[in-house]
Formats: sequence, structure tokens, C-alpha cells
Amino acid sequence: MSQLNFSVVTNSSNDTATKESVASFTTKERGLLQSLQHTLHRTPSLVPLIVLVISLLVFGLLLGGKFFSSFVLTLILQQVAIVGIVGAAQSLVILTAGIDLSVGAIMVLSSVIMGQMTFYYGLPAEAAIAIGLSCGALMGYINGLLIAFMRLPPFIVTLGMWQIVLASNFLYSANETIRSQDIEKNAPLLQFFGEKIHIGGAVFTYGVIAFIVIVFVLAYVLNNTAWGRHVYAVGDDPQAAELAGVKTKKIIVSVYVLAGFICAFAGWALIGRIGSISPTSGQFANIESITAVVIGGISLFGGRGSILGMFFGALIVGVFSLGLRLMGTDPQWTYLLIGVLIISAVAIDQWIRRISS
Amino acid sequence: MSEPMLSVRNLVKKYGRVTALDHCDFDLYPGEILGVIGDNGAGKSTLIKALSGAVQPDSGEIHLNGKKVQFSSPIAAQDAGIATVYQTLALSPSLSIADNMFLGRELRKSGFIGKVLRQLDKKKMQRIAREKLTELGLMTIQNINQTVETLSGGQRQGISVARAAAFDSKVIIMDEPTAALGVKESRRVLELILQLKAKGIPVVLISHNMPHIFEVADRVHIHRLGRRLCTINPKEHSMSDAVAYMTGAKEPDGIMAT
Repeated sequence: MSQLNFSVVTNSSNDTATKESVASFTTKERGLLQSLQHTLHRTPSLVPLIVLVISLLVFGLLLGGKFFSSFVLTLILQQVAIVGIVGAAQSLVILTAGIDLSVGAIMVLSSVIMGQMTFYYGLPAEAAIAIGLSCGALMGYINGLLIAFMRLPPFIVTLGMWQIVLASNFLYSANETIRSQDIEKNAPLLQFFGEKIHIGGAVFTYGVIAFIVIVFVLAYVLNNTAWGRHVYAVGDDPQAAELAGVKTKKIIVSVYVLAGFICAFAGWALIGRIGSISPTSGQFANIESITAVVIGGISLFGGRGSILGMFFGALIVGVFSLGLRLMGTDPQWTYLLIGVLIISAVAIDQWIRRISS
Repeated sequence: MSEPMLSVRNLVKKYGRVTALDHCDFDLYPGEILGVIGDNGAGKSTLIKALSGAVQPDSGEIHLNGKKVQFSSPIAAQDAGIATVYQTLALSPSLSIADNMFLGRELRKSGFIGKVLRQLDKKKMQRIAREKLTELGLMTIQNINQTVETLSGGQRQGISVARAAAFDSKVIIMDEPTAALGVKESRRVLELILQLKAKGIPVVLISHNMPHIFEVADRVHIHRLGRRLCTINPKEHSMSDAVAYMTGAKEPDGIMAT
């Protein structure tokens, strides 16, 4: 790159006046509400973090020590780990202004494939897991190709893929569950992510640790690599990104491949969580992952939000579910409140986006 | 006059039965501002898209500094030194100024962190972005990390121009840079164009705004029915002449054909 030596054109008084009105940036005269809007705009994960802290405090006050124990708080992490991992995949897709309805199906089929490879073809668990993970990536690849090159809407492609993958899952597994004891005896590696680490009263599973690691690795990748910046640019304005030199199609395909891979990984973690391999498990993973992403403040219109927000969003759902259960309320209240949260989250997103006007 | 640095011969582009470019010629000389005008549908934008790599011509040749070039994509044209400031500006509103300036050509840190962890060198990119904006007198934009959507239309245009000028560009094409701007902001953009010229970078300026074209252009390329009708010197012709040629109301006789 050449460092061109160029003297700034000297300003006549007229010129300066023009510049002030054109290129100056007003930092003052901002109301409280506006500065709040700006802060939230800069740090999109702040809203879910505030909601999370408030809900923790409210449930803590209502339930006291019953809620504020390291056991209960880590139990929440265990309960949201699977949805959170799938939510990480969903976040990537939604950042590109897409949506992936097939995440849950890919997760379940991948776990079934891992089981079938071990128990019906007698492969070692390591190989079975590798095959399961590649199948997840392959399904994501098909999604990505159809979306990027056939220009089909992501909603339709993944809606179709959801049905196709789920049906394949039932056909392939003949709707049979592989029992937990068998897995434990023959292929304990499949249950790896269910293993627990006790630190005082706190219980962490490897699945929880994997969830946290995935979120932080993706947060790093999205913020500090060119690929990550391109994911945002593609979701923000694909034409602009293309003209600026981003290979938008490659980015979209790579996002769906990575999403498929992460979902397959969630399938592995799912075996650890429930012990067995069941083709009927994880039915609601797609809706729950979208919920976590939306409550986490990631815009469904793409290009805005952070994966840390999704992390907080998943935890909010976990806190509500467990908190309300401990209070002994009807579980329907959980769904009702989560519905309210979803709509509020999108309303806040719209408000924050109005900053440019 | 010296050799043209960018020249086009017999460029043809058809969209189905519509001929957008009909054996079109085009010349840009070093250090000049060339205005391009033409009626709607005359094929200006197709010509520009062919130059910037967004459209691949059916036949004809493009020469840059005497060498024949062919662009498969806008990136290929940028790599060859033809930078385009699109009417839509091609900026990502939710990314920062620095991110936008380096979009598609990010700089990575050196060593393990850059090569293996692929970490971007944000500090360096911010520093260069700030330098480039300062060169163009745009540094009243204080925070290089503020998102582009918080900027005014003129500021965004400035970012887009700075990006085009930043990367060893030999030619900058500007498509309707003042169309969406107010009077004061338009003035600022015209000043920017003159600054680019002062830096020795030739500019192709496409505009519907005749006063703007006649104010800054050294020559004016008049496009009509998919080809160059003529090139005029704005000091020797009036704006109404230009409009008359452009619309076919008047034939340009005795004008240089190049």
C-alpha cells in the first residue's frame, strides 16, 4: 500500500463552514433516552444481560436460597447447554439474515448416525462420531448450496430440509432407541459430554463447558477475523458486501456448513445429556434456538447482534423455566412469559435500529 | 495529448434483445476528470459496470495502461486499480468506518496470531483509515469505530471515496455521487473529486447533474444509444448544447470524435 504524500487542502473560511455542517459529529445535546439508545446500539448484548441479571435477582428474592445455590444455578447451565450449542449455530445463520429450521433435525439425525455406526456397523466410537459430525456438515452444505447458488429463500430450504432430515432420521433408525446401558458399556465416548465435574455444590458437565467454549470461540471469530466481519457484512447488505469485495456466496455456504457441524456436535452432546440415543429427542430445538437468538438481541434482519447475546438469551430462558418450576407455577406461565420476552426483544431491536434516522 | 490510461474499443453488451452497448468506445487520460452524461437507458451504467467488473461484455476490449484487461468481478477490477464508488456506496451500515474501509481486504496481524488464529490487526486498520480520511480532509469524523449508519449522507460518500482512493487506485469511477445529497454536501463531494485529481488520480464522473459535470470535468463524454456520440470540452460548449447532443436534438458536427 502506498503512503501517498498529500497535503490537506488549506481551508478557506467558507470551506471550514461547509465542513462543519457536513462532517462534524455532534456528541452533545443528546437526551438520556438517546444516549441509552446509542449505548445499546454499540453493545447489543447489553439488553439480554440486563434482563438476565434482573430475572436472577427477582427469582432470587422470591425463592431465596432455594434458587441462589451453586447447584441450581449450574443446573440451569446444564439445561440450556444443548439449546445453547444449537443456538450458536442458529446465531451464525441469523446474522447472515437467514434462518435455519433444520437445526434440530440435523442434531437428532447426527446423533442417530453416531449410534448406528457404533452399534450396527461396529465402528469404533471415534470413527462414528467423525462420521456423524461430517454428516451434519454435509446437510448444512446442502442447505448452503441451495440458498447461495439456487437463490432459494433460507426459510423454505431449511423448512424442507427439516422434514427431509427428520423423516430420514425415523426411517434410518426404524424409530428405535439405543439404550443408555448399552452405550455406557460399549461406547462410553458417545456419552462424554454428560460426564460431570463437581466443584463444591456446582455441577458442570463437559456439555456445559463445550457450550461456553463454543460461544467464546465464535465470539472471537466473529469479531476478530475477516470471515467474521464478512458474516456481518453479508447479513447487513449482501449487495454492498459483494461490491466491496466480499465473496458472499462462499461466506453463506461456509456459515451453513459450520452451522450443520455445530448441530451435529450438539447431537453428540445430546447423547451425553439424555444418556440414550433417541430419534424422537430434541423436537423443539429449532424453535428454542430461535427463541434464544431473538431474546439475545440478534436481529432477524441480519448483520446485528452478538453471539454473547444469544448466550444470555439461552440463560434467560433457562432461568425462567427453572425459576417458575421451583415456584410451583403452571409450566404454561413459562411459555407465556417467554412469548412476552420474544416480542419485547424484537420491539427493542427495532427501536435500536431507528438510530440511523 | 498523451496516451489514454484507460481505453475501451468496440465494447458490445446485449441483454436478450436489448443492446445496451453497441460497439462503444471510451478513453480516459491520466490526471483528468472525465464527465460521462447520457439519457436514461443510453447505456452509461452498463459501460461503467463493464469497466468496474460488475458486468462482462460480450465482445470488445478494455486496455488499462496499454495492457489488455478482463475483469471477472469487481474485486478483479479493484485489484487492477479501478475503484468504483457506487451510487449505493456499497457500505455496510452496521459495521464501523474502519471495518468498511477494509471490507474484503482486511489486514491480519503477523506471526502466529495472524496466520493461525487469523486475528485482524484492528489497530493498524484504524490508523490507516484515519490517515486516509485525514488526507481527504474528512477527519472531523472523530470516532473511526462509529458505525456507518450514524453518519450523514455526505459523510458516507466521503468514506466510500476514501476507500476507493486508499488502495493504490489508478482510476476512480464515481456513479452519481451527488444524487442523494443536499447542496452543501454536494459541494463537499465535488471538492473531494478535485482533491483526487490533485493527487493525480483520474476520475470518471457519471452524473445527471449538468452544473456539477461542467464545474469539475476536463472533458465530457456524451453517451447516446449505446455508444459514445462525442467528447466535448465543457469550456467550449454550453450545457444546453450538451443536452441537445445527448437527446439527439442536435448533431455534433466538427467535434473531435475521440
